[in-house]
Amino acid sequence: MAGLATVFGSGAMTNSIAEIEKTDVMFVIGSNTKENHPIVALRMIKAKKKGAKLIIADPRRVPLVRFADIWMQHRPGTDVMLLNAMMHVIMKEGLVDKDFIASMTEGYDEAFKKNLEDFTPEAAEKVTGVPKDTIIKAARMYVEADKAGIYYTMGITQHSHGTDNVFSVANLALMTGNLGKEGGGVNPLRGQNNVQGATDMGCIPNNYPGYQGVSLPAMKEKFEELWKAKLSDKVGMTAPDMLAAAEKGALKAMYIMGENPVVSDPDMTHTIKALKALDLLVVQDIFMTETAALAHVVLPASSFAEKSGTFTNTERRVQRVRAATNLPGQAMEDSRIIMELSKRMNYPMPYQSSEEVFQEIGRAWPAMAGMSYSRLDASGLQWPCPTREHPGTPHLFSGGFPRGKGRFTTVKYLPSLEQVDKEFPFLLTTGRLLFQYHTGGMTRRVKPIDAVSHESYIEINPEDAGMLSLKDGTPVKVTSRRGSITVKTKISKRPKKGVVFIPFHFHEAAANMLTSGTGLDPVAKIPSFKVSTVRIEKA
Amino acid sequence: MIKIIINGKQIKVQPDTTILDAARRNDIYIPTICDDPRLEPYGGCRLCLVQIKGMPRLVSACTTPVTEGMEVETTNDQIERQRRTIVELLLSDHPNDCMVCEKAGDCTLQELAYFYDLRANRFYGERRQYTKKDLNPFIQRDMEKCILCGKCVRVCEEVQGVGAIDISSRGFTAKVTPPFEKDLDCEFCGQCVSLCPTGALMGKEALGRGRQKDVRKVETICPYCGCGCNLTLHVNRDEVVSVSSRPDTVNEGWLCVKGRFGYNFIKSPDRLKTPLIKKDGVFVEASWDEAFQYVADRLIAIKEKNGPDAIAGLSSARCTNEENYLFQKFIRAGIGTNNVDHCARY
Amino acid sequence: MKKDISIKVCMGTGGIAAGGVEVMSSFEKALAGAGIKAAVQKNCSMHKVGCRGFCARDVLVDVTINGTKATYQYIKADMVERIVADHIVGGAPVDEWLVKDDYHTFHDKQVKVVLSDCGEVDPEDIDSYISRGGYEATKKVLTTMTPQETIDVIKASGLRGRGGAGFPTGVKWDMAIKAPGPVKYLICNADEGDPGAFMDRSVVEGNPHAVLEGMIIGAYAIGAPYGYVYIRAEYPLAVERLHLAIKQAKERGFLGKKILGKDLDFDIKVKLGAGAFVCGEETALIASIEGKRGQPRAKPPFPVQKGLWGYPTIINNVETLANVPYIMRKGAAWYAGMGTEKSKGTKVFALTGKILNSGLIEVPMGIPLKEVIYDIGGGIEGGRKLKAVQTGGPSGGCIPSSMADTTLDYESLGKVGSIMGSGGMVVLDETDCMVNIAKYFLEFTKSESCGKCIPCRVGTKRLLEILTRITEGKGREGDIDLLETLSSDVKTSSLCGLGQSAPNPVLSTIRYYRDEYEAHIRDKRCPAGVCKDLLTYSIIAEACKGCTACTRVCPTGAITGEKKKPHVLNQDLCIKCGACFETCKFKAIRKV
Repeated sequence: MAGLATVFGSGAMTNSIAEIEKTDVMFVIGSNTKENHPIVALRMIKAKKKGAKLIIADPRRVPLVRFADIWMQHRPGTDVMLLNAMMHVIMKEGLVDKDFIASMTEGYDEAFKKNLEDFTPEAAEKVTGVPKDTIIKAARMYVEADKAGIYYTMGITQHSHGTDNVFSVANLALMTGNLGKEGGGVNPLRGQNNVQGATDMGCIPNNYPGYQGVSLPAMKEKFEELWKAKLSDKVGMTAPDMLAAAEKGALKAMYIMGENPVVSDPDMTHTIKALKALDLLVVQDIFMTETAALAHVVLPASSFAEKSGTFTNTERRVQRVRAATNLPGQAMEDSRIIMELSKRMNYPMPYQSSEEVFQEIGRAWPAMAGMSYSRLDASGLQWPCPTREHPGTPHLFSGGFPRGKGRFTTVKYLPSLEQVDKEFPFLLTTGRLLFQYHTGGMTRRVKPIDAVSHESYIEINPEDAGMLSLKDGTPVKVTSRRGSITVKTKISKRPKKGVVFIPFHFHEAAANMLTSGTGLDPVAKIPSFKVSTVRIEKA
Repeated sequence: MIKIIINGKQIKVQPDTTILDAARRNDIYIPTICDDPRLEPYGGCRLCLVQIKGMPRLVSACTTPVTEGMEVETTNDQIERQRRTIVELLLSDHPNDCMVCEKAGDCTLQELAYFYDLRANRFYGERRQYTKKDLNPFIQRDMEKCILCGKCVRVCEEVQGVGAIDISSRGFTAKVTPPFEKDLDCEFCGQCVSLCPTGALMGKEALGRGRQKDVRKVETICPYCGCGCNLTLHVNRDEVVSVSSRPDTVNEGWLCVKGRFGYNFIKSPDRLKTPLIKKDGVFVEASWDEAFQYVADRLIAIKEKNGPDAIAGLSSARCTNEENYLFQKFIRAGIGTNNVDHCARY
Repeated sequence: MKKDISIKVCMGTGGIAAGGVEVMSSFEKALAGAGIKAAVQKNCSMHKVGCRGFCARDVLVDVTINGTKATYQYIKADMVERIVADHIVGGAPVDEWLVKDDYHTFHDKQVKVVLSDCGEVDPEDIDSYISRGGYEATKKVLTTMTPQETIDVIKASGLRGRGGAGFPTGVKWDMAIKAPGPVKYLICNADEGDPGAFMDRSVVEGNPHAVLEGMIIGAYAIGAPYGYVYIRAEYPLAVERLHLAIKQAKERGFLGKKILGKDLDFDIKVKLGAGAFVCGEETALIASIEGKRGQPRAKPPFPVQKGLWGYPTIINNVETLANVPYIMRKGAAWYAGMGTEKSKGTKVFALTGKILNSGLIEVPMGIPLKEVIYDIGGGIEGGRKLKAVQTGGPSGGCIPSSMADTTLDYESLGKVGSIMGSGGMVVLDETDCMVNIAKYFLEFTKSESCGKCIPCRVGTKRLLEILTRITEGKGREGDIDLLETLSSDVKTSSLCGLGQSAPNPVLSTIRYYRDEYEAHIRDKRCPAGVCKDLLTYSIIAEACKGCTACTRVCPTGAITGEKKKPHVLNQDLCIKCGACFETCKFKAIRKV
């Protein structure tokens, strides 16, 4: 989100899921939409049936490729090369949206254009492996559409240069005027039910709720007034920073609510070491996760079915969550746990209901000021929704960008930090499966899901499998600079030669034993889950 | 907008609507068993036959678009006779085991039989009989209850884009099968289950856990990916027994395998039920009071000794906005540090 | 003296089945062997020709010497040598093998338009068609007429769809030319599926270019750049000849880009159907061409508005299209001069059943049924009495012998409860049970129902079950009413023509033969002696000579008895196969 916030002044999906139906061209890059955002994929299929075109850029033959007009199978980590080459074509062929650039953007200058000069389709073909004609065709198809939307996920962001990738995506949309209109936009699809909400609510070290910077005195003042407390103006630590600080002994205590970093974070060995170094680890969760097992105190919390409140989905839609069943045993609602702790820390937060909290959120952040539980009842509202009469905002920026003008960013191509070599000859990319979710805490406890998706595997191209004399099901040892795991072989044409894929849901064969915790994206601090190098041996 | 007359009542509708949609929007009942507004019109069940003035034959309301000045009659003796015959024909090839059927109370066929008061049946004869092949973990199929409305086939192809099943064979022996009746290449989204009008397709997780009359419905949002799909939790005896979704939502009523079938973790025996404090490397059950006091005391001590920035909070994308808001407020205002983050990056 | 010799061997499917290929090669051998090669070869041509209709007499061979034609019937390969020796060399036709008078009466009352060139042109040679005026209509239309004028001629001719429904072809084309769409399609429906029907097959086998020409003219009229012929895969010869004809037409510039140098592009693809009867239904046919399951969809929208791949599409039957070039050549007035006020022109029928001369016939609309049966058909086999004529195939109905004056046109057939259909005509005599006939057709429609709509899928099944139990003697009071109401409901509520017409055989047999139904239900008796379960065979002791012939043919040993003494039939063992009845020379077996 950091990337988009820089470009537009706000970081979220610019457009709505329903608008996909109205688009002319969908450009899906770094997103296995059919498996990870199945319902968004259904809209894409619907759009296809209505005549829209679909361009996909993905190193793997993801299921949505079946519906694609153009599929570019670029090498992992070469997104900037590919995107810049598309922009090169658009610029060279004089297809840029001059009016939009002139009136709505800044930074489309000589330096920007000069940078693009080098990204010829020929050069891009060498680096990305995508034939130059395909790049040209894709660029034309995208630019010639009246309304074209870009959709991406972690395939763009989880890189050592993820922010650059986001900038490139934004550049492409700005260059072609595909912002501020229905059916267009730059649309990061959020991977977790309320990841948008957690960010909106200020569970990030640099912002109060509503992207209001902690280091801005006016904001600090505003929140000190609202919360009746003295606040720090020092930007806090990101999650990777916290682990690093814990390992060094600078961080003494962590309170983790509903997270399982041992499995979800890169470099498991490092994560465990860091958490073990803490003086106090409090974990609040619904299951005894791998992280909870390391805690000093474990607090039994509530599942989504046992509490009331709101989730904000990927398209900024705030929707009601309602309690359906009773809490098991002595388990407690998360909000009550927080309030109890806070009270004992001498900062009482005596809210009577989640609705009362929600009302305060509206006072803290104008974009949600117009919302109330009763207004959300039917099907929620999309922020910004500043007043009681405001209908919500399906697509952003129709009246301009929050930061004034959309900003072009000159992006150079940087190869991924890890490059294949003799010792580690395969590129490993990680991700999710349709049937599983995150660290598997919920899905792996659902019997029929366990029946169809029981264990991890490594997806490997038939040619590579042949070279290593692997058959379907052969156990292999996969080793990176961080560690090794043993998984079964799954021969598949999805990845191209030289690229392998491992899902990260399975703690017993944790893909994140292999991934790297260093080499984070310098801006967003996102780890490079999508590119590591490994070697494969028969186990 | 164009004007049409249904049963003598003048109504205005959008030009592209079908007679059935126009009637639905004006609360005029036309029975149907194969139509869903989200699918292409099919015209298979023939229950929605209506009379249009000037047309020699009855037409299916689901497939016929409205035209200016059209006069439609949705019911008369002849139409009702046809409909009754169709329902009787269906019942003549149906197990009619409503007593023990999971779908009872939520079954379109049962409702039609009730509506037409069909106690006896003029028709009888051979019934289709199939051995139950029961190999998939999510969906129970009872092909003898299939009325071949084709909704499952259509949703799989038109909406889900998978085409895992189609109708094979002809006429009375026609049946819904995977290609060549062999491997099922299925995403288990259960869209088919959600559309099946009878008990032919049922979610296995729900079996025997209470029929519709016992169920309390709670509207909420899916706890998995970021799509934000509406879930209607069907609750009986304090358990979520099945999940459905409303069509008038961001997900148009469609769900994926996780949203539709991934709910049994809620009452998993693995759920944490008491606070635990680790003593000598072993977790020991504690009261809430003990746990809170232990945590608060330790945090206060660390804060006093190492300053608030030695403490950090990691929040969750699984929790609600309100919880996240409270969490960061607690970290920022209660503890006094901006060391708060969550898992957006993973 | 030089002789101008032409030999034509019938090589339709019927001809080939009867040994046409062998006959033809025998002619080639015999002519060469007779040493007349040098003298006559130049003028002696041999043609394969398509069906001439009289399939019962195959192989038919025409030998024409200096314009004098003699037609042989029932020719086998071993008879060829004598024909060559006696007739071609010797000049004296082999009288006993020539066709007799009935061959001529078979033809005399027929009026051939669509079939006029069948049996005359070589279907594998475009020049043969051209030499008889073929493709002149195309030239005329493309060079001198506008599309609208072309349509107007078809309208004025009164041509109606020959596939069954009888929709005016000109009106259909007019709708197509007016339908907005970037692309239009013309489909020739050659998915002939009625049991016993072979009209379209014979036309495509015998004169494929006439069909192509009709399509080219149609394409010009409605503005369709693409055409399909949807034809049954079970018609291999027709398919082969069609492919050949398309290839030849392309070579001559009648198909492809800029046809005859004019602004008309038209290409034809052949699409094979898998033999599903329902695919003869327009929308199911379209679905099948699109690669989907052959299921009909509800109309409107009609194919002319939204057809193949969603574009305006015209579907015409083979016979309809084959009429077109002749109409364009000879004029609308000529065509409209034949037939009745509302039914113009001629109609091809496949005459089958208990008729003496079964075969393919073409008659003017409005001809009385009895002329077809007695004059063309030569009456009933074995001198038995006509009971009824079933027209229109499984969608049609029965016309009782008392109505043999009925004329063959759309309106009259409709009035008596039958239909023209695509041209099936099954003659029934007194040995046919009408309940059984209804059952036979229901058996067909039930198994050909696609299963999409409930009334057809379950309704035809239940209708058949009721009919079956009646023929088995398990009929109940009320079954006739039940048949009638269910039939009427299936007709009104079914999705497509198949279901909408499937009950017709039931309704029309009840209408005219209710007493037969009642006899089955109440008296447990089959008046025609057909329904096995209702029959009893017994031995008339007085007539039995004790010859033991019946004991020898009885498969279950139900008949016992000593020589020269009356035999006895054990009813418990009898399976009612009728073998004894057929065998007994003394009429000593009674069948009741």
